[in-house]
Amino acid sequence: MRYFNNPEAMIKLIAAMQDGFANTLAIFFLTLLFSIPLGMVVALLRMSRRRMISVPVSLYILVMRGTPLMLQIFAIYFAIPMLLGQNLDRMAATILAFSLNYAAYFAEIFRGGMMSIPVGQHEACQVLGFTKIQAFFHVVLPQVCKRVLLPVSNEVITLVKDTSLANIIAVSELFRAAKNEASRTASVEPLFVAGLFYLAMNGVVTLVFSYLTRRFDYYKD
Amino acid sequence: MLQAINVKKSFGETGVLKGVSMRVSRGEVVAIIGRSGSGKSTLLRCMNNLETIDSGEIRIGGEPLVTTGADGKPVYKRDRELRTLMLKMGMVFQDYNLFPHCSVLRNLVMPQTLVLRRSAEEAKSKALSLLEKVGLLEKANEYPCNLSGGQCQRVAIARALCMDPDILCFDEPTSALDPQLTHEVLSVIRALADEKRTMIVVTHEMNFARDVADRVIYMENGLIVEDGPARDVLGSSRSEAIRAFAGEANY
Repeated sequence: MRYFNNPEAMIKLIAAMQDGFANTLAIFFLTLLFSIPLGMVVALLRMSRRRMISVPVSLYILVMRGTPLMLQIFAIYFAIPMLLGQNLDRMAATILAFSLNYAAYFAEIFRGGMMSIPVGQHEACQVLGFTKIQAFFHVVLPQVCKRVLLPVSNEVITLVKDTSLANIIAVSELFRAAKNEASRTASVEPLFVAGLFYLAMNGVVTLVFSYLTRRFDYYKD
Repeated sequence: MLQAINVKKSFGETGVLKGVSMRVSRGEVVAIIGRSGSGKSTLLRCMNNLETIDSGEIRIGGEPLVTTGADGKPVYKRDRELRTLMLKMGMVFQDYNLFPHCSVLRNLVMPQTLVLRRSAEEAKSKALSLLEKVGLLEKANEYPCNLSGGQCQRVAIARALCMDPDILCFDEPTSALDPQLTHEVLSVIRALADEKRTMIVVTHEMNFARDVADRVIYMENGLIVEDGPARDVLGSSRSEAIRAFAGEANY
């Protein structure tokens, strides 16, 4: 063993991986920032009664969920420069691909959440004179949040690990940094250290979601 | 106050309302009775714009909610005007439909501040006075999930009253409740009747209909079969149809 029994080497390894880790965190947070609101919009469009809207949106969801995220990252990184004649920053391409992909998953989770709200809630809003927008923000959305917490936590945990896919277009994220160290020192140990990083991140994610679940515990449906 | 003229409505092939006309005057309490599937709930829901009609006319306080156009299709009021008109109607549902994520007080305050643009203080004092009226002042900060069915229904009544409707409608308000809880809800409705509130109650409670309603409408197969003062429709001179129905309903 080169690292696990040598604290000094371990500290050096972690230092070598810290930029990668920062990039991983950036991909993670920016993806959540963009994909959750986008997912809500996609869900609403998917539920539109106009087929002109709902059919193309279903198609979008099918493509995003039906093809590998790795392929989507490639496609965006190489296709956008061809279409726009302008190079795209690796990080920007990654975040765009992740946001579009995760928005599709979140959209279906949100759609499920919205469809699970009893029709009586909408009727109550209607007879009380709420506008559609008031009903959505004051009655539907707060209840959807509680209902989707569990499936959303699943996606967020998957996202933590999926960030490693960015390394295929040479974004220097955590896994790439670990791989570099591994080949430089001819040891697999850096990969396991990276594994511990992902595990720790997901530990935090789990804590955050159990906190949120408790926050929403003040009522039962 | 409220008028329905030759209202027709079908779900697919099945006609649910086959030309129903009725009117409700100010201060009147009207009970609509009939078997399940007779169309009584659908009629009430049409009058509250929760279902659209196929043809006919509904007027609320003289203003048309829906009329029939020259092409025979119903023409509804739209958007803002529609919402303003519908504020004259209040509705209490069989399964309450309280907002589970809001406290009892918030259930009553939110519609007032959002829809009627009342100030928070005004809305709150209105809410508290109505909660007192339905005997639930001490539950103001509870959540609906911690209340009994009867308490939920009384909160729902208070919520509807917060909006100062001209006509208060009840869609089988006690059908989800056991006899004890039914009693507490019915006594609230009875108190409202004593205040001469205009109310339409779709109900299976025959005793309640006879005691509280000024008028009873009996529906069968999407048509109004009887419409008259409660004592006539449900009294000793009642018709064969009502006799059969009331007999089944243990009256």
